[in-house]
Amino acid sequence: MPEITLTQDPVHLRHGSNIGRPLTRRDGLLKVTGAARYAADNNPKGLLHAVVAVSTVARGRVVALDVEAAMAHPGVVEVMTPANRPALAGDPDAKPNPLVFRLDLLQSDRVRYAGQPIALVVAETLEAATEGAVLLAPRYESEPPAVGLDDGERFVPTAVGPGAPAELRHGDVEAGLAAAAQAIEATYETPPQYHNPMEPHAVVARWDGDRLTLDTPSQAMAMARLRLAALFGIPPENILIRSPFLGGGFGCKGLLSGPQVLGVMAARLVGRPVKLALTRAQLYGPVGHRSPTRQRLRLGADGEGRLTALEHHTLMSSSRFDEFFEPASNASHALYASPAIATLHEAVRLDCGTPMFMRAPGEAPGSAALESAVDEMAEACGLDPLEFRLRNYAEVEPTTGRPFSSKALRECYARGAERFGWERRPLAPRSLRDEHGLLVGWGVGTAIFPALMFEAEARAVIRRDGGGTVEIGACDMGQGAWTALAQIAADAVGLDGERVEFRSGSSDLPDGGIAGGSAHTATAGSAIHSAGAAVVARLAELAMADERSPLFGAGNAGVVARDGRLHRRDDESRSEGYAEILERAGLAEVEARGKGAMDAAAQQRYAMQAHGAVFAEVKVDPDLGQVRVTRLVGAFAAGRIINPRMVVSQYYGGMIWGVSFALHEQAVMDRRSGRPMNADLAGYHIPVNADLPALETILVEEEDPHVNALGIKGVGEIGITGTVGAIANAVWHATGVRVRQFPITLDRLLG
Amino acid sequence: MKRFDYVRPATVAEAVAAAAEPGAAYLAGGTNLLDLMKSGAAAPGRLVDVSRLPGLDRIEELPDGGLRIGALVRNADLAHDSDFARRFPAIAEALLSGASAQLRNAATVGGNLLQRTRCAWFADPASACNRRAPGSGCDARGGDSRQQAVLGWNEACVATHPSDFCVPLAALDAVVEIEGRAGRRAVAFEDFHRLPGQTPERETTLAQGELVVALRLPAGAEAFSANARYLKVRERTSFAFAVVSAAAALRLEGGRIAEARLALGGVAAKPWRCPEAEALLAGRPPGPEAFRQAAEAALAEARAPGDNAFKIELARRTAARALTLALAGTPARVPALPASPFAPVPGALVHA
Repeated sequence: MPEITLTQDPVHLRHGSNIGRPLTRRDGLLKVTGAARYAADNNPKGLLHAVVAVSTVARGRVVALDVEAAMAHPGVVEVMTPANRPALAGDPDAKPNPLVFRLDLLQSDRVRYAGQPIALVVAETLEAATEGAVLLAPRYESEPPAVGLDDGERFVPTAVGPGAPAELRHGDVEAGLAAAAQAIEATYETPPQYHNPMEPHAVVARWDGDRLTLDTPSQAMAMARLRLAALFGIPPENILIRSPFLGGGFGCKGLLSGPQVLGVMAARLVGRPVKLALTRAQLYGPVGHRSPTRQRLRLGADGEGRLTALEHHTLMSSSRFDEFFEPASNASHALYASPAIATLHEAVRLDCGTPMFMRAPGEAPGSAALESAVDEMAEACGLDPLEFRLRNYAEVEPTTGRPFSSKALRECYARGAERFGWERRPLAPRSLRDEHGLLVGWGVGTAIFPALMFEAEARAVIRRDGGGTVEIGACDMGQGAWTALAQIAADAVGLDGERVEFRSGSSDLPDGGIAGGSAHTATAGSAIHSAGAAVVARLAELAMADERSPLFGAGNAGVVARDGRLHRRDDESRSEGYAEILERAGLAEVEARGKGAMDAAAQQRYAMQAHGAVFAEVKVDPDLGQVRVTRLVGAFAAGRIINPRMVVSQYYGGMIWGVSFALHEQAVMDRRSGRPMNADLAGYHIPVNADLPALETILVEEEDPHVNALGIKGVGEIGITGTVGAIANAVWHATGVRVRQFPITLDRLLG
Repeated sequence: MKRFDYVRPATVAEAVAAAAEPGAAYLAGGTNLLDLMKSGAAAPGRLVDVSRLPGLDRIEELPDGGLRIGALVRNADLAHDSDFARRFPAIAEALLSGASAQLRNAATVGGNLLQRTRCAWFADPASACNRRAPGSGCDARGGDSRQQAVLGWNEACVATHPSDFCVPLAALDAVVEIEGRAGRRAVAFEDFHRLPGQTPERETTLAQGELVVALRLPAGAEAFSANARYLKVRERTSFAFAVVSAAAALRLEGGRIAEARLALGGVAAKPWRCPEAEALLAGRPPGPEAFRQAAEAALAEARAPGDNAFKIELARRTAARALTLALAGTPARVPALPASPFAPVPGALVHA
């Protein structure tokens, strides 16, 4: 982004190796001073404001809209309805592949869920557009909606999550249960949850003939561009998406949402730039959510506390018109050793917006249930829950027998337990009190998240002035991509951080892939690493072929790039600066591109997972049931750490999300109307500072030679896993009451 | 948004005149009204901004030993007035347990009394609500009942009053000073808020255009300062409305309860004073048995409109706990987690 000048204050930059340094955010100053420009902060000349009108019924048809009344309101310029929306080249209901989701773009009067956009009002001011939307006073023909997991007919989906099999069976679960000395069966429920990024979806769209420029938050600009190109029938190159900062994404900005496209359509309809920003309440419908789940686990263990069988069955929901199936059971694939493992999924269709990837999709609810069930199994075996987990430590991936590319989970358990003081934990529940008489409980949960890789490209340039440029259309949604990727970039081209211009956040740069699946640093970082290596190789070729260079003939020995110079690998005293090499070659710069992608052969050979152990202390009022997490310690091993400061923040964020999942978050659905009745942050609780007295993370060292060239696993989502179960288990340890319904609320602890 | 008139009167008399027409609403801190206007649950045709009226932001001693608090005193200013907090510690604690620091800086004493229920169906213009749209019905019946009443409700309305501040005010016999076109009148706190009856839309005794100008705390209220607490049970540690709350105050003499005060929050359409419980405690030695009986008496008439029966037992326990905390003595400082069950209780094990 040319207009973004990230801080180059020397205090944020170090000489030498950049990777591994705990640099502060390069965009931090912009954010705390309000100078960081988010999508809705853009106000191009001639801007109009659009407001969506959304359905208040969950199933039916819009039979009347008072367009006249809205148009008559002062300032209203246009009302966009199914009758006059611009024609689209692509069908918003087409499903060419599972990662293209059906969008509601006013293609008909049909209402498929509450909160669905049914019209859009464009006006000179936001206030006029808002009132115009009210004046539409829609009337509906409505049908009773299917709202809960018991409201639909069950079926086995063809695939879950991003395309995983819905059922996996390894060994004989029934035989394992029959042979078990102890067995448990328990059912856990998790509620519908909404992403609730701080920044609601917003778009500022401008058409110039067949060229489209838009400011909109995106976790995957290249994919968004392809979708827009298909919908509007224009070449992707005609579309420029600028997304330098996202105010959180969590999956709901991964794929373009319907309202973002509606803003673009409105701009086309009125022929002027249009801004559309959803309200908080409007995020509850068209931009995705996490399906509710009901998970039944059956576990058996032998007399030594070793699992003989593990079955994880999940019932979840998708919308009536599209498919996303929360793959919760798959959390049981790779964590605990058992000769028999079955992971099963069934789904029902509800009259809701289509669920979507939401931070740790599958793993978050799956881990909550699995870690609770493992705790119940340990209790049945009379074992300390950490000891039980160690007895069932998976040395290889249980369902495939593949070795792990790396796995420092034992170290995570040990370091976390030591820091927490786990050895002082009494086995029996309801046996700890604090000095004020509050019940105290300690719980543990294991964290696990796959080390994924997608695909990305980057471009690296080294210039005759001794500086460099690295470009990639990557996405910073708060996780710190502006900083961590710049660190990788500096090392990749062998320059100090301040000599490298790092450009990102825009779709005219090489495709940075998707910031999702905790894979952005690994994928984009690999692309940068590879582009840097390629441009250094070009420079080296120039030098090694030139007899005037001290590097002439380095040949097989090769060179290393550091501090703006190439050094002979076998004799570091022989080196030459980038500027001299280019000067002599008569070149202004050299450039190269690189790709990041998973190594398919390595993926086949190894199971790749990040791991961790989370220890939680809760206090519970024995009479009133109110719960508070008083300590959380998380020890995580996730391969190479690019920036420990950012990574600790990511772990904190994940663990706080875990607190939220365990104790707070739920959409309260009106069973009659199919509407969430707490669609704001006063009613949809997430933790506040007072809910989080003490958080601690431990970065456990782990070297992984297989996941990618840089050895990076992901850190964005793993903190949620483990944490939810640890808290639920701590609540049980405090009270002796096993609550199997999330969030754990005080009414369930009153006794 | 809907267009409306905005007027900023210079005097109370002008304000009362400006708000005389139906559809006019007073604006002070705006912490509740503006949200309702955004959602469409409130659509006043005229806003009468009273936030800059002179003379209503003072805390004054009254000749009879009572205290008069202007309606425009901010919640935060009142709670942090050290003299006030010393004399009426349960009120200060209740104020500080409400909302967030930013909201307390904006919210006013008068506005707090007049805040609307947080019933989700009330705030949603697409739902039937007798309180918002008289005669339209009550969609809250049959919906999630966690925030619904267990006392004083009927088929017309199951909403609860959300205020923390009002709970100890009810317990301590506050008086509301009101100015209208007919002049000034004073209303006992007990009579200020109304139960739904057949007119749930009439939430208070105020007539159109009447303005709350002050609150009075009677001289006797200060006598409870050594043993007065507010306790708020909620779904997160801060920034959440009460599931159930209780204000308890005791005046002890010679090892006995000379006089007791108890009021509950989150259980009814108004702050719920518990005279039966107070009568039962008067003259008795304090202790778990007396407190349990008082709590039983306070909830004797309770019934659940939905699956929120847990609130009845929770309210009993909260009442008994608040009395226990009051007996243990008012802390020298308001706890860092005001009114929270997680606030430390020095030297006393108060839990079962």
